[in-house]
Amino acid sequence: MRTCGATPGGPSLAGINLATQTVIQGVILKAGTDDCVPNGVAVTNAHVRLLDSTGEFTAEVPTNLEGQFRFFAAPGSWTLVVQAPGARVEQGVIATQGSPTDLVIHI
Amino acid sequence: MSRETSLVTADWVLQNLNDPKVAIIEVDEDTTLYAQGHIENAITFHWREDLQDGLIRDLISKEKFEALLSKNGISNDTTVVLYGGNNNWFATYAFWYFKVYGHADVRLLDGGRKRWELDARPFVTVVPTRVATRYVAKERDNTIRAYRDEVIAAIGTKNIVDVRSPAEFSGELAAPAHLPQEGGQIKGHIPTAKNIPWSKAANEDGTFKSDVELKEIYQGAGVDLAKDTIAYCRIGERSAFSWFVLHELLGVNNVKNYDGSWTEYGSLVGVPVAVGA
Repeated sequence: MRTCGATPGGPSLAGINLATQTVIQGVILKAGTDDCVPNGVAVTNAHVRLLDSTGEFTAEVPTNLEGQFRFFAAPGSWTLVVQAPGARVEQGVIATQGSPTDLVIHI
Repeated sequence: MSRETSLVTADWVLQNLNDPKVAIIEVDEDTTLYAQGHIENAITFHWREDLQDGLIRDLISKEKFEALLSKNGISNDTTVVLYGGNNNWFATYAFWYFKVYGHADVRLLDGGRKRWELDARPFVTVVPTRVATRYVAKERDNTIRAYRDEVIAAIGTKNIVDVRSPAEFSGELAAPAHLPQEGGQIKGHIPTAKNIPWSKAANEDGTFKSDVELKEIYQGAGVDLAKDTIAYCRIGERSAFSWFVLHELLGVNNVKNYDGSWTEYGSLVGVPVAVGA
């Protein structure tokens, strides 16, 4: 087993004031054949949308060239919807200020 | 002004992208996207460097707009097709911008970059060259642009539609959640504004809902479309999206985009502000 690429999860948090920001971030992966941790290939053409606790759209970002995304939300319950060609995945998250939520989502 | 004259499909773009009388322009919030790949023969406008004055907060002047379009090979009779990321937010802003300067034939790619990507349609990295022209713009059309004094006077008298997310409307967030929650202005919304998020008008793939659904969204929220309407958001891009829906798709004439939006209104001294849902 080997670790592929950088630290699993979202982009580097360097320079972000985590004391004041409520960060939800992560990486989108699809099935890969490599013996990697995490196992999978970064999905660079996904769109991740953030819905509030009522299901209302709050924001959306495309994944970057490493398959990563990031939101600056508020504390509370949120839903992520990941869309990519041929795939759609929903995942609920609880966000807290001061402690980033960092996810690995497989599609 | 109708869906037929303002909106094109991906198939239409594929059939017309080699037509020299058609200019396809990508406008993104994330300005690195174009270089990563774009629709064949599309050029790009940078929403800040090309479309903002830079010294004062305003659109570029008529003369600079003429120079921008001339340099990019766009004539007065060119069919301009705009598209972009983030559900066409900045592309609809550019659409509104072209209308402010009176361009005759400007259209939007339904679903923008996102739907194109979800359909696994091709992108290229080749940057096309277009032969320079001599473009002549019209004077700014202020019947589609609202300024702050008009917005203040509209409180309680005209329709004011806040198209931001409920969390921004209520004052919980200061900016869309893909941006850091910073900024000098206070949080909240313009009193008597109705919160009808731009996203209500779009399907999950970024395409627009049907005209019947769109009318119901606004009328169901109690907006009397016979009255004058002002749409705003944070910096005027998302409200351009809702302006497009009302003015172009539904053909409602008396709609203005307040591009000063919350970053201006929320910084004004002494104006009324409301918070909560």
